Amino acid sequence: MSKLKLATVWLDGCSGCHMSFLDMDERLLELAEVVDVVYSPIVDAKEFPDEVDIALVEGAVASVDDEKKIRKIRDHSKTLVAMGDCAITGNVPSMRNPIGPEAIMDRAFIQNASAQAQIPCIVVPKLLRVVRPIHEFVKVDVFLPGCPPSAGTFHTALTALVNGGPLDIPALTRFGA
Amino acid sequence: MSVVESDVKTLVIDEQEVSGRRGQTILEVAQENEIPIPTLCHLEGLSDLGACRLCMVEIKGSNKLQPACVTTIFEGMEVTTQSERLKGHRRMILELLYAERNHICSVCVSNGYCELQTLGQEQGLTHVRLPYRNPELRVDASHDRFTVDHNRCILFIRCVRVCSGIEGAHVGDVLARGIDCIVITDLHEEWGKSTCTRCGKCVQVCPTGALFDKSKIGSDHPKDPDFLPYLNLMREAR
Repeated sequence: MSKLKLATVWLDGCSGCHMSFLDMDERLLELAEVVDVVYSPIVDAKEFPDEVDIALVEGAVASVDDEKKIRKIRDHSKTLVAMGDCAITGNVPSMRNPIGPEAIMDRAFIQNASAQAQIPCIVVPKLLRVVRPIHEFVKVDVFLPGCPPSAGTFHTALTALVNGGPLDIPALTRFGA
Repeated sequence: MSVVESDVKTLVIDEQEVSGRRGQTILEVAQENEIPIPTLCHLEGLSDLGACRLCMVEIKGSNKLQPACVTTIFEGMEVTTQSERLKGHRRMILELLYAERNHICSVCVSNGYCELQTLGQEQGLTHVRLPYRNPELRVDASHDRFTVDHNRCILFIRCVRVCSGIEGAHVGDVLARGIDCIVITDLHEEWGKSTCTRCGKCVQVCPTGALFDKSKIGSDHPKDPDFLPYLNLMREAR
């Protein structure tokens, strides 16, 4: 049997979910026997591949760039997993929602600037008015809550996804876990 | 003898034959028989409101769902506490609560001890299908011992009920209606400047991280509302 193609993506999150994913330690070797990591912040590929079997997405949709990415990921992935609370609820990134992007940009690039205080208009993608969970943009197949989901949760969930077995997520994890 | 007999009602809850006393609620009888019904506004020792609607049950012969905490039993009643219909309603209620204010579990002082969070997990909630409202709400830290974070409040006013009904102070109350509803102290004074007796009962009965003790900020903030039935019992005995 050929290996499944696994992608992991980092949108507006802290990378904690990826850290927890790596905390699977020696179980990663077991996973590597059945999946190839074809795209991830921890591998070299720059472009999201055309065909991915399982895409794990960390982080909320906070910018026009995130929105473009999540639509592309959905189009090219068989199973899309919302990984962690940011992807599912907006979590910490969404704490800016009642404040609005202008105040955030002003704080980051004007008030706290030591030189050349200005709001960037190139390279830094434009922020959306509110940070939203990924399922508000695209269909999500599996929700894996937690901040971050534990390594054990990742292992159990990925094993079930790879083997097509049953997966009882509320028994494994919750918001804020 | 006949009077005593008529005071005992027999009924069926989830196909289990049970009995209760006249005037008891479905929830009381279910709990006595270890039949779980989810609750959120209910707290043993406080007056019941029937506000959260999580304890809604089906009663044979009626199309209407009834809240188990404020519906009294009758002879021959047949109650269903778990069904796909009830599961769907309970899940929707929890999603509405999550979407209404800013419940960021990961950075909440009650993370791991929150009744909303626990119920969400028990009811199989893995995401909220409704758009979040993201309201701008205040945190009042003017009190020297306690803080109120309105972002986490779900408005089942256990705090208001314990303050008026048990402490007898009635410092807490509710301002406005619907989406603008907010728990206030006195006539919307800052908590620190109010007539609060500093007893802390409101903090202990709060199901979420809306009310917390300043000395316990961090992730270790369990609430302990178990003093209420004991307090009521001692007062009755006096």
